[in-house]
Amino acid sequence: MIEIGIEWSEARIAPPEGALLVATDLHKRFGRSTALAGLSVEVRGGEVVAVLGPSGSGKSTLLLCLAGIIPPDQGEVVYRGRTLASLSDANLTKLRRDEFGFVFQFGQLVPELTAVDNVSLPLRLAGLRRRDATTRAREWLVRLDVEEVADQRAGEMSGGQAQRVAVARALVTGPRVVFADEPTGSLDSLNGELVMDLMVGAARDQGTTVVLVTHEARVAAYADREIVVRDGSLAATAGS
Amino acid sequence: MYSAPVSLAHALLGLLEDHPRHGYELKHLYDDRFGGSHEVKFGQIYTTLARMRRDALVDIAGVESGAGPERKLYLVTPTGVADLERWLGEAEPPETYGRKVLFSKVVLALMSGRPAHEILDTQRAAHLVRMRELTERKREGDLADALACDFELFHLEADIKWIEVAGARTERIAAELGKETS
Repeated sequence: MIEIGIEWSEARIAPPEGALLVATDLHKRFGRSTALAGLSVEVRGGEVVAVLGPSGSGKSTLLLCLAGIIPPDQGEVVYRGRTLASLSDANLTKLRRDEFGFVFQFGQLVPELTAVDNVSLPLRLAGLRRRDATTRAREWLVRLDVEEVADQRAGEMSGGQAQRVAVARALVTGPRVVFADEPTGSLDSLNGELVMDLMVGAARDQGTTVVLVTHEARVAAYADREIVVRDGSLAATAGS
Repeated sequence: MYSAPVSLAHALLGLLEDHPRHGYELKHLYDDRFGGSHEVKFGQIYTTLARMRRDALVDIAGVESGAGPERKLYLVTPTGVADLERWLGEAEPPETYGRKVLFSKVVLALMSGRPAHEILDTQRAAHLVRMRELTERKREGDLADALACDFELFHLEADIKWIEVAGARTERIAAELGKETS
């Protein structure tokens, strides 16, 4: 894992035992529509959690709040004992870059860059030398079984290949948490399964926590447990 | 206990819940909603009703006499409603042979105005336990294992999708009816 070196000015809040991310009473509105209506959830270190729910239930908004991409209107997100809202923009950006990885349904790779350059990018931003970053990126492309497209531009790859490259980019920095929003949503069943096998397998190998938003039960079955969101609230939670 | 493929007794309790009905009417309603290609026999309906009456799940509301044979009007008792509630609230085993029961249970629950999401949450949790086992087995097994696991996984996922759609459809219809009457 890359050392993030954030200087925390605020007092740490002791997280519940085993909890890495704790969201309490999250509220979020977009105009007149309510996305989150008092949702509380805990994510333990090293677990794979699926967030399920119908379209418009607030599951993607929950992920964005947990990852510090958007702030809740009310309530708080505590990551490793620190409240995200208390961080400066610069520290929040650094946290997302160094401790979190992201996989979305589409468009996360830079189409003009090759696979290896896309995967190197977060390492370069974290200050690694080009040569070291490239070496590590190539290792991850081998691990995700897409070394054959290492020197192809992202725009020239198939959907399945691009998504595996995106997973490599999310995991290459050794993040503590990967946030994945419908990572298989644009793929057929077999490619979706391959992406899930590789992403969850690699995450478990290095102890990375995964928060996985999906509407597909087969994808959720890769997780240790599921959280069900309905109308912006926690409807159910089950699993180990 | 009851030999029908769907829990006939519970289906009858569900059909009796809104108002009392004759055995004849129950047979036709049952065939219409749950029978599929197999009609239930009148004998099965009356034998089941007799057992249910013995168990205090139903009672006789009255007897109509006319030109033909006497027609008993059956009603559901509070014990019967409690038994129906218990059954509807239980998850079905996530297995292929339970699919017919799952169908009946969800249809009965939705038609009686019970919240679809409660059924969905209970059943989804049970299905996902099984789906996790299958996903794990597939990862460790050979091709034959993977094919067998996929077969079950896709069917289980289809169950969940069907409950979601059935629930959303029912809730939308209920909301529209609510608007019309308000």
